[in-house]
This record gives sequence, C-alpha cells and structure tokens, in this order.
Amino acid sequence: MKNPAIALLGMVLLCAAIGARADLTIEITQGSDNPTAIAVVPFAWQAAGAAPEDVAQVIESDLTRSGQFAPVARTDMLGLPSTEEEVFYRDWRALETEYLLIGKASPTPNNGMRLDYELFDVLRQTRVFSGYESGPASDGRMLAHRVADKIYEHLTGVRGAFATRLLYVSVTRGGAGNKDYYRLTMSDSDGARPIVLLESREPLLAPAWAPDAVQIAYVSFETGRPAIFRQDLATGKREQLTNFKGLNSAPAWSPDGKTMAMVLSKDGNPDIYLMDLATRQLTNITNNYAIETEPAWMPDGKSLLFTSDRGGKPQIYRYDLASKATTRITFEGNYNARARVAQDGRNVVLVHQQDGDFHIAVLDLVTNRMVTLTSTALDESPSIAPNGSMVLYATKFGDRGILAAVSVDGGAKFRLPSREGDVREPAWSPFLTAK
Amino acid sequence: MKHVSVAGKFVTLLLSAAFLVACSSSSTKEDEEAAAAAAAAAAAARAAQEAAAASASSSSSAADAERMRLMEAAAAYGNVFYFAYDSSLLTPEAIASLDAHIAALAGTNSTIRLEGHTDERGTREYNLALGERRANSVRDYMVLNGIANYRIEAISYGEERPIGYGSGESNWAQNRRVELVVVN
Repeated sequence: MKNPAIALLGMVLLCAAIGARADLTIEITQGSDNPTAIAVVPFAWQAAGAAPEDVAQVIESDLTRSGQFAPVARTDMLGLPSTEEEVFYRDWRALETEYLLIGKASPTPNNGMRLDYELFDVLRQTRVFSGYESGPASDGRMLAHRVADKIYEHLTGVRGAFATRLLYVSVTRGGAGNKDYYRLTMSDSDGARPIVLLESREPLLAPAWAPDAVQIAYVSFETGRPAIFRQDLATGKREQLTNFKGLNSAPAWSPDGKTMAMVLSKDGNPDIYLMDLATRQLTNITNNYAIETEPAWMPDGKSLLFTSDRGGKPQIYRYDLASKATTRITFEGNYNARARVAQDGRNVVLVHQQDGDFHIAVLDLVTNRMVTLTSTALDESPSIAPNGSMVLYATKFGDRGILAAVSVDGGAKFRLPSREGDVREPAWSPFLTAK
Repeated sequence: MKHVSVAGKFVTLLLSAAFLVACSSSSTKEDEEAAAAAAAAAAAARAAQEAAAASASSSSSAADAERMRLMEAAAAYGNVFYFAYDSSLLTPEAIASLDAHIAALAGTNSTIRLEGHTDERGTREYNLALGERRANSVRDYMVLNGIANYRIEAISYGEERPIGYGSGESNWAQNRRVELVVVN
C-alpha cells in the first residue's frame, strides 16, 4: 500500500543555489510500504528576522527520502508548537501522525547556530527523545542533517547517514567539434550545496573517498593519459600518484587509509595492485591475461573483491590478503561487475546484466542470494551509504545521465537529476563524525 | 566500404577540410559524389595533412608521389576502426584499412596514438580495460606488420568519449572503435 502523501510529493526541490550548474534535484519515485507518519514542525527561530535556513524542511526531506517516513504536510498542521506545552496530541492524532518533531533554532556567539529538538510519540502522548546540535550557522543544513540522523536512528535502530557527502562527475557536452567539460563535484547527501572540486576538458572518473573523508582520489586524463590523483578536501592540494604506461585507474582506499588498491596495465594487461601510500611500493595481487579491475575492500581490510573476466565473462572474485587465495563469488548471469561492500561486510552491491540490460543488484554474502534492485537498462557505478541503507547509482533517464538511489531492500527509490549535463560516478562518503 | 556508413558527426565536421585536401593534392579521385566516401576521407584528413606537410621537405619527388599515393589510399579508409560488442577482434574491414595505414606509415617516422573506445554498456572501469584491449589489438597487428612498437602509444578512453551520445545500436556501433591519431 502506497501512502498517498508520498505519491503526492512528486517533486521535492532541495537545492541550494550555489553554482547552478551541477545542482541536483530530488524526485521521489517510490516509497516503502507502510511508512511511519511523522510531522516535522517548522523550527522556531529564536531571534529577529527570518531564519537563515528552513532546517525542518531539510530534516523532513531527509526522512522522506529514506522511504521509511511519510511527512505530514505543513498546510495540514493545526498548530506549529515549538515547546512541549504547546503540543496538543489530539490535533496530531487527527492527522494520523505517529511521531511529532518540534524544535528551536537559535543563533549563538561567533556566527554559530544551535538546534534543539524534541520527538513525541503521538499515540502514547509522551516525549520519547530530545537533543541538540550546534555548529557554524553557515553549516545550518549539516546541523539539520545531523538532527535527521538522530531521529532516524531513534526510530529505526540504524544510524542515519544524512550528514554525509557525495562525490560525482558531471559532464557538459562541448557541442560540435568541441571537447566536453568534466566536473568533479562534492555535495551534501541530498545533492544540495554542490562544490566543484575540479574542472577539466579531459575525462574524470572513479572518485573515491579516503576512510577519514579528508582526502579523495580519482582518475584524470588531464595529462593526455589516465592517471590517479589524490586531493586534500580542506586545502585543495593535489598530488599525482601514478603515471604508468597504460591504465591507471579504479583507486580504492583500504579501510585503514594506508594502502590504495588500483588497476595498472603497465605489464601488458589490467591487474590489481596495492600501493603503500607511505613508501609508494607496489604489490601485484592478480597476474594473468584476463581483465582484472574494480577493486573494492572488505570493511575488515583483510580481503578485496574485484572484477575479472578470467572465466570468459566478467564476474566478481575475492582475494584474501593473508592466504593469497582467490575465489569466485558470483555465479548468476553472464555479467557481474564493480562490487561495493556495505560496512556490515555482508551486502555487496554490483552491476548485474539480465536480458541484455544492466541493473543494480545486491548479493548477500552469507546466504549467497542475489536480488536485483533496479529495473532501468543502463544502471552502473553503485555506491552504498555508510549505514548500508541506500544505494546510489548512475543511470540514464531519456538521453541524460542521472543519479538515482534505491534502498537496499528495494522498497524506496528516488532520482537526482541534474539541471544541466550528464551526471555519473557517484561516491557516497563515509560517516563524517565518529559515533 | 560498409564501415564508412557509420562514420559519425565528428567525422562529417571535417568534411570541408577533406575537400580542400582532396582538391589541392589529387586529380585522380572523382567519386566524391558519395557523401559517405567523402566523410571517410575526411576522417583521415588530419593524418594526410600532417603527412603531406612532413613530406614537403623531402628531396625525392618520385618517392614523394608514392608516399602521397599511399597516404591517400590510407586516408580513403578513414582513421577509425570499428569493433563488435564486447570484442577486441579486428574485423575484415578494419584489417583492410589497417593494411593501408601500415603501408603509408612504413615510409615515415611518424609516431601515432591508438585511442580505444567502447560503447556505454557495461561498467566504466571494465570498459576502460576493453578499450585498451582494442587499442592493443590494433597495435599488435601494426607491430606484427612492421611498425616499430616505440612509434605507437595505445591508450584507452573507455566509454568516456562517445561519438554518438544516445543509446541504441546506431550510436553504440559508432562508439566501439579505435582512432588512429598521428602525433608527429
């Protein structure tokens, strides 16, 4: 049973207008069955003038996008309480609201902001959770995402991943005879506040996060050949890590941040290498005549998954660092590639070909069951949220490359089309704060 | 010359340049009425232009004429070799074209770049590897037929540089290719 509120939601525009070019918008296309009804009341601004940010809207959109919550429309709200005394439970029961979130936003010294929030269980007529988040006022959206994370965790038992970031590549076609523009962009997890980190007339691809989320790596063709770069997000400082003949691609940071797995074809065909980032020493972990590519670390750092066509068609294999043993892990279908592993070490998302179309599928490493999550034809580059709940991927909508997301259970779906150009190669950041 | 019919927009852009070259350097060709054939010639116009410039300083006019003939023969094939889906095997059309290019390159010291490309199906990293396989497959054939390895650089763009942007076989067929670029 679809909740009509979700169906009505249609198009939710979330974007802050910082450099309109790479802005993503959000269109929710499918919600989960039986979402929890929650009312997120506009937070009361504790100062003169208008609030700098509609934080309640950010929180509401986060919860809605997860597919697990159905928001109560503001226009239906009979009052806008910001303290417990102002809460009249019968008003919210009348709207079939299960939970009610209220709060206050206050300016603090040195351009800071503080969000105080309270969550109520409407049926039990009791306050069940409260807290606050504070930080720079300019980071108001991130504070709101952090509140959404806390609410999500309290109600689902799973840590929220809204206060995270995305990397993606957008491409604006150059037009007749001209080269395209490639942009590597970082945004909030909802696509808001995009920042262009790098712009090039040569291809950019394979953005990857360091586990500390302070550095990123990617492949740039700016030298006329593919090369792996790393870049510090705070300083913008870049460093070219590889310059080998042939492919230099698919960088993947180890969970301890000390090693980078990568693909090099310097010895004739693409193989997986591990680079010790301190010494730059390379260790070759695959060596045969097949294509080996797309390394992905298991969260414990003890083994890696990669794609190989050593059996004739691309399939996922697992390499164990201690035993140096390689085992094949996908057997269903002719094309399984580009695995990414959830933090639980159990769910693996990958690209799976079915009847000629490429879909995103999730493979459970314990049961060995594979479930196809998407139904569009050219789905690729799956990236899993740090809490394992959602998978972001690239697909085509019409003739345009767009990002889309699906929950790991397949229940909720949304799209993040760009206002301009093609968007691809999403990479969901790790958690930005220690728990 | 069936492979010519899939030459894309990129190629037709060079059409006017091809006519200039054809008119100034050749009096033997007359079948320019076929737009497709002209487009194919255009695709290799850059190579022919550069070769013509390089040979201008040569002393032997007979050798120049022969070199020019070989250049034009290669140019007529175009500088793009096409591939079947998920394949890096050279097609008979690609081999015929390559033979002409090898003959033209044999008498020069030109260095070349072989740029491998794929269509959009499949993952980007796998396609980078597939594009490299295609470029290497062209390189290996050239080396086997006498072009020194050091004169050739094979690189892959995977699916990042399409000629046809849409989906469907008509676009995909244009994108599964290796482009021969004369560097100097």
